[in-house]
Amino acid sequence: MKNAGTLRMTTPTDTAIVLTRVFDAPRHLVFDAWTKPELLMRWYGARGWILVGCEVDLRIGGCWRFVSRGPDGTQMAQGGVYREIVPSDRLVYTESFDEQSYPGESLITHVFVEQRGKTTTTSTLVYPSPEARDIVINYPMKRGVGEGYDRLAVLLAEMTSH
Amino acid sequence: MNTDLLDVTFAALADPTRRAILTRLAAGEATVTELAAPFVMTQPAVSKHLKVLERAGLISRGRDAQRRPCRLEARPLKAATDWLENYRSYWEESFQRLDTLLDELKTTERTASNRRSGGQG
Repeated sequence: MKNAGTLRMTTPTDTAIVLTRVFDAPRHLVFDAWTKPELLMRWYGARGWILVGCEVDLRIGGCWRFVSRGPDGTQMAQGGVYREIVPSDRLVYTESFDEQSYPGESLITHVFVEQRGKTTTTSTLVYPSPEARDIVINYPMKRGVGEGYDRLAVLLAEMTSH
Repeated sequence: MNTDLLDVTFAALADPTRRAILTRLAAGEATVTELAAPFVMTQPAVSKHLKVLERAGLISRGRDAQRRPCRLEARPLKAATDWLENYRSYWEESFQRLDTLLDELKTTERTASNRRSGGQG
């Protein structure tokens, strides 16, 4: 693998998910990829989903809206409001889905840290309740069970070192 | 996925001593005395942690009345790691597409700056 970036995930509280990923690019490019519709359209979307619509009004209080198409042509739309914008450095916005299975909105914070041309992106997703957080994590479970027995040792080691 | 079982698993894992015990048991079964050795705590205190782990199905105890060795039971842990792993891998593909896009953006930027510097580089 050229960019051996591994997506790391932790759940530091019962309402949060934290995703960390290193990208082999300077942070202004990573920030662009998160904020320019023409770039978002080319990568954003969980497994099986692609963006078919993307509107970004990148200013504080400005709205964003994504429309995605998923397996068997299902469409879903999500959107929110930008709360903090520090170009290349930090991006905070709210998020909710049009047909959401839990009440309330989530708050998403991306922090971009560059070191020797590589950017570590830390995304913190805070949900309105522990139930909402678990619904979100459970969603992909429906799509089949993962592999990993050796991950057990890794997970334990990680948890122990904290 | 049975969320109640996951709750019990995560509650049992939410303690550093219990996680250390599980890590030790990942290397093979051990008695309470052996498990207590690395900790500054009494054997009854360790036994209390073992009870929590046993109730969560994370360990089982051997029948040998004297030693009652503890053994790691991987199934609930696997359920817990799978639960997190599925969400993680759900997003992994998207970030791999982002890698490709960023490579392209870097190349474009480099070409543009080379052009601006009038081929001096």
